[in-house]
Amino acid sequence: MTEHVDGNALAGPLSDLFTFDPTTASARCAGCGDVSVLARAMVYGEPDTFVVRCAHCDDVLMTIVQTRDRFCIELRGMTWLKIPR
Amino acid sequence: MTGTSEAGDGRIGNWKVGVVTSIRRESASGRSITIDVPRWGGNIAGQHTDVRLTAANGYTAVRSYSVASAGAGDRIELAVDRLPTGEVSPYLVDTLREGDELELRGPLGGWFVWTPQQTESVQLIGGGSGIVPLMAMIRSHEASGSTAPFRLLYSVRTPLDAFFRAELESPSANLEVTWIFTRGAPSGWSRPAGRITAADLEAHGFPAALSPTVFVCGPTGFVETVASALVALGHEPNRVKTERFGGA
Ligand SMILES: Cc1cc2nc3c(=O)[nH]c(=O)nc-3n(C[C@H](O)[C@H](O)[C@H](O)COP(=O)(O)OP(=O)(O)OC[C@H]3O[C@@H](n4cnc5c(N)ncnc54)[C@H](O)[C@@H]3O)c2cc1C
Ligand SMILES: [Zn+2]
Repeated sequence: MTEHVDGNALAGPLSDLFTFDPTTASARCAGCGDVSVLARAMVYGEPDTFVVRCAHCDDVLMTIVQTRDRFCIELRGMTWLKIPR
Repeated sequence: MTGTSEAGDGRIGNWKVGVVTSIRRESASGRSITIDVPRWGGNIAGQHTDVRLTAANGYTAVRSYSVASAGAGDRIELAVDRLPTGEVSPYLVDTLREGDELELRGPLGGWFVWTPQQTESVQLIGGGSGIVPLMAMIRSHEASGSTAPFRLLYSVRTPLDAFFRAELESPSANLEVTWIFTRGAPSGWSRPAGRITAADLEAHGFPAALSPTVFVCGPTGFVETVASALVALGHEPNRVKTERFGGA
């Protein structure tokens, strides 16, 4: 993947971790304050690393790194994540 | 919206082993693949699945593919276009055979979806293999007897590159299909071959004033061109949903 895709594509990788659909959860960008569902974020990915950027200001919302024995999720770029139930 | 995802065996993220039941050529570079996936449990139109290939040395490659079918049951249809230098798509288009096993997880994603409860006008805009999730919406629309007005703009290089051509050439009563040919149009076609423009969207799409829900899907460059043109035509960004497939 050399070009970015939508946050929709995170549904699979994150389904290993969460029991909810993360792509319909909304996040508030710590950079610009925009609130959007994760499905609308921009995802830049190498096979095992995803950098998720705010579609509004391009700041990094979240980084996911998968290795053989662990997931590392860095969430500094979002103030909160609201999950529908 | 992705169905139940209880812990353990039923978790959506678990890999399931499907068996290819049939394969159909769709175009020179693409084909559709029907797969029986035990415990798939049905899907909403627009959802996707992740496919995992594992090499003999344990190396794995995972890619997302939209599901062209919708509804209950454990049988799904995918449609894949071959990228000549790709890692996964040439295998799916050229090598995979009926009876082969394929690892998948899903159904995935509850946002780029259409359900028959939606009654508003729906504008679908697909480029190349981006037709796949839109096809699921068209099939779900027809199967449910929905009277929501549907329009599709489908951009392909030439008529021979179209997926689901026969099905789209005889659309149901509540669906209007407009073809955009980017490299070669049939003789006598009034629109010269060329990439989709704001003028195409204006001439053949539902007007922004109608507040349609718009689904745009295809290569990333296509999706971005179309999405910006839609917003420039007055469509509310919130009503425009996109699914970028990657690539230029
Ligand atoms: C949510 C989602 C749904 C998808 N659904 C479908 C589908 O229904 N049918 C389908 O055929 N594909 C679909 N794709 C694209 C698919 O996931 C793969 O990216 C594609 O099959 C290429 O994989 P590959 O391993 O063959 O190529 P790779 O090895 O990943 O890439 C090979 C080369 O092709 C380029 N490239 C990658 N993707 C594209 C692209 N889409 N267009 C042009 N160039 C590209 C890369 O930059 C690279 O240079 C979907 C993608 C997403 C995110
Ligand atoms: Zn932001």
